[in-house]
Amino acid sequence: MDGPATQKAVVSLADVSMAFGTNRVLSGVSMEVFPATVKALIGANGAGKSTLIKILSGVYPEHGGEIRVDGKPVRANSPRLARALGIHTVHQKIADGVIPGLSVAENLVFDNLALPSFGARFSLAKILPRARQIAARLELGWSDEILRRDVFQLGIADQQLLLLARALDQEPRMLILDEPTSALSMAEVERLFDVIRSLRQDGVAVLYVSHHLSEIDTLADSLVVLRDGKIRLEQSRPFGWNDVVRAMLGEQVLDEERTIVEQRGTQVRLALRGVRLHENRPPQDIDFRAGEVTGVIGLLGAGKSELAKGVFGATPFTVGTMTLDGAAFTPRNPGDAVKRGVFLVPEDRSAEALLPGWSIARSVSLPFLSSLAPRGLVRQGAESRRGRWVIDELEVVATGEGHLVDELSGGNQQRVVVGRWLAGKPRVLVLDEPFRGVDIGARAGISHKLRDLAADGAAVIVNSSDVDEILQGCDRILVLVDGVVRSDTYISETTRDQIIERMSEIA
Amino acid sequence: MEARIGKTPAAEASVPMAEQVREFVVRYGVIAITIFLIVFFVATEDTFRKSTTLLSVLKYASVIAIGGLGVTTAMVVGGIDLSIGGVAGMAVTISAMTMVIYNQIGIIAIVAVLISGAFVGLVNAFLIVRLRIPDMLATLAVMFVVQGAKLIFVNGQSVSSGMPLPDGSFAIGHFTPEFLAIDAGFVGPIPMPVMILIVITLAMWVFLTRTRWGRILYAIGANPEATRLAGISVSRYRALAYVVAGLLAAVAGLILSSRIGQGDISAGNSLLLDSVAVALVGMSVMGLNLPNAWGTTLGAILLGTLVTGLTIAAVPYYAQDVVKGLVLVVALIFSFTLSRKKARYVSAV
Repeated sequence: MDGPATQKAVVSLADVSMAFGTNRVLSGVSMEVFPATVKALIGANGAGKSTLIKILSGVYPEHGGEIRVDGKPVRANSPRLARALGIHTVHQKIADGVIPGLSVAENLVFDNLALPSFGARFSLAKILPRARQIAARLELGWSDEILRRDVFQLGIADQQLLLLARALDQEPRMLILDEPTSALSMAEVERLFDVIRSLRQDGVAVLYVSHHLSEIDTLADSLVVLRDGKIRLEQSRPFGWNDVVRAMLGEQVLDEERTIVEQRGTQVRLALRGVRLHENRPPQDIDFRAGEVTGVIGLLGAGKSELAKGVFGATPFTVGTMTLDGAAFTPRNPGDAVKRGVFLVPEDRSAEALLPGWSIARSVSLPFLSSLAPRGLVRQGAESRRGRWVIDELEVVATGEGHLVDELSGGNQQRVVVGRWLAGKPRVLVLDEPFRGVDIGARAGISHKLRDLAADGAAVIVNSSDVDEILQGCDRILVLVDGVVRSDTYISETTRDQIIERMSEIA
Repeated sequence: MEARIGKTPAAEASVPMAEQVREFVVRYGVIAITIFLIVFFVATEDTFRKSTTLLSVLKYASVIAIGGLGVTTAMVVGGIDLSIGGVAGMAVTISAMTMVIYNQIGIIAIVAVLISGAFVGLVNAFLIVRLRIPDMLATLAVMFVVQGAKLIFVNGQSVSSGMPLPDGSFAIGHFTPEFLAIDAGFVGPIPMPVMILIVITLAMWVFLTRTRWGRILYAIGANPEATRLAGISVSRYRALAYVVAGLLAAVAGLILSSRIGQGDISAGNSLLLDSVAVALVGMSVMGLNLPNAWGTTLGAILLGTLVTGLTIAAVPYYAQDVVKGLVLVVALIFSFTLSRKKARYVSAV
């Protein structure tokens, strides 16, 4: 075999694009994956990674541009064709691959079961030798007794390895691994890495999707950064992590002068003491002050949502205490928090905040029904007024307070969700990724309201993984890396570069 | 581009026309079928024209409608209650035991029945909310328990006045006149069960759509996680829904018991399926595509009309089931196929 440098790409993408309706999720993506190399694919949520994987594995056959395998264009791709061409994928969700109720052995040989050569007769004894063979490929060391067990008796990590073994048995030419370590322990990650290294030696091309920079640092030969459906950066070893994070988060040159006047609060509104954001990470003390907007920034999995849900009581902290204006504050559920004026705008608008088929007025009044219906009967006049207040205050584009929330644009939905809590006079308002999937106009409008709210004496906490969102609307910035506060500064004391540097420090 | 193509008069008129028809069918389909059936039976069957027939349709509908309102309440929170028929049957036996065996007055029987209905509702709530058993499975299990338990109390026998008791004596009590009046009485010209139905439908409508509790029940049905994150105790309100469902089933059982006038052990057996059917038919009324009180009652009236009319027309009971099923299919087509609103019927199994 020739060395990697002289080899031709196994799979190459030429100008691949994809749109769902009017929403372009990939545009002009071109890249090549070579044999015997590990290429990392990096991108924030919504960057287009999953779409790209699905195009490669044949799930989305109708895309723009071209996929070539060994230089030959692939026509009418399908999951079957992709596999026949040697492109195999281990998906992030294990449940998508493992078949419950079947034995480990059956799961291992599953791809062979449908082949005509398998014949009609099925017995566990018949497939055991084959299953042993497949398991041996990964040196899983599973005894016949384990092979006979129901697959769900395996741990998550072993299930992950089972899927990998199954893919390897198909002799892949390119293996796509989508966040393969999310379920694995440190030791198992090491084992997985050994497997990937030996695959590389055998000449397999690996496309490794992850947002853990440290994993990519140990494993990858080259990397590609995707943002908003476009390739923003390609690097080979040695990697420059600053540039990588910058490319992930957006390289807006930000000296369009800061429009905000920094406000600093003096009085501590909410104090966290000894709170663990991640199970195995050190406990944290964090203060949030009234009168300022605190931005909490970190990559996916840094602990932002844990912080938000803990403060709101949606997933109470297991360790540590909180005080609200000096008084003990231990919300066991969101109801406790709402009673004390601590509100949350959750991360996933449609799953966690919107009620399908509900009008703006009803959506807005839901958390405050006991005050709008003191004796049980909902006062429709007061409810409508509150709906109209939110529409006016947040400049929601709607026909009226009876407009259904499902029929609003994403930005206007978010205005309603934020406005609902503003109408309830928050002492602490936490917003988890409030600007995701929200147009620039709504973002500016909401941001403006949050500054007013802080000026009126509330403590506002904005979680985001976007540096510019934070810089444009916050007074103070906490950088969170892997459950730990890495830096805590006011916005005038730091720069965009410093923030990115803190975020990109490998834990 | 598309707008320009649409400018041809024919195309412009025809598209909204089809849309209008669809919209009309989705909104008024069930109501139209009910009116059509009434007109049809009035035109073809002499007996159906009598005013007593109309009242007997409504009396027949009352039990099913009240049971259906129980199912509706569980459906509002995104669940279902299959123990409705069992609870109603149990109510028949408990009321008979209270009056006939223990020789108590009617009001005590009523209280005992209501308590037992609420209790079964609490058991359902405990299984579903606390032990996290899917609603359909939990209430199915409870249905069996309730049906069997009532037979244990009475040694598998129907309760009637003068029946021999295990200790050798005879049951001296009887269904009291005020209890029998639950079904046989009148308020002015209106039969008592019809009056009860009107009051309960009105009360459930107000409860579900005008009070904060009802609002929260619908919120849970629409998105339980969003409701929880609005600071609401979802468990407590889901429990409330099952207790209300149990109470309504008990009321249906009271009317049934008063109608039969003895502790018939097979009473209530067919109520469950009818109740679920009318609650489903009710979802499509006015194109709401949500479980709702008026819809369920109208669904029961539709069913009552159908059964009464077909009986008068001497259609055998087993053929009536075919017709019932077809009407249900048509209503489901309105809700799930024709409606643009996504019909919500969630049941985690």
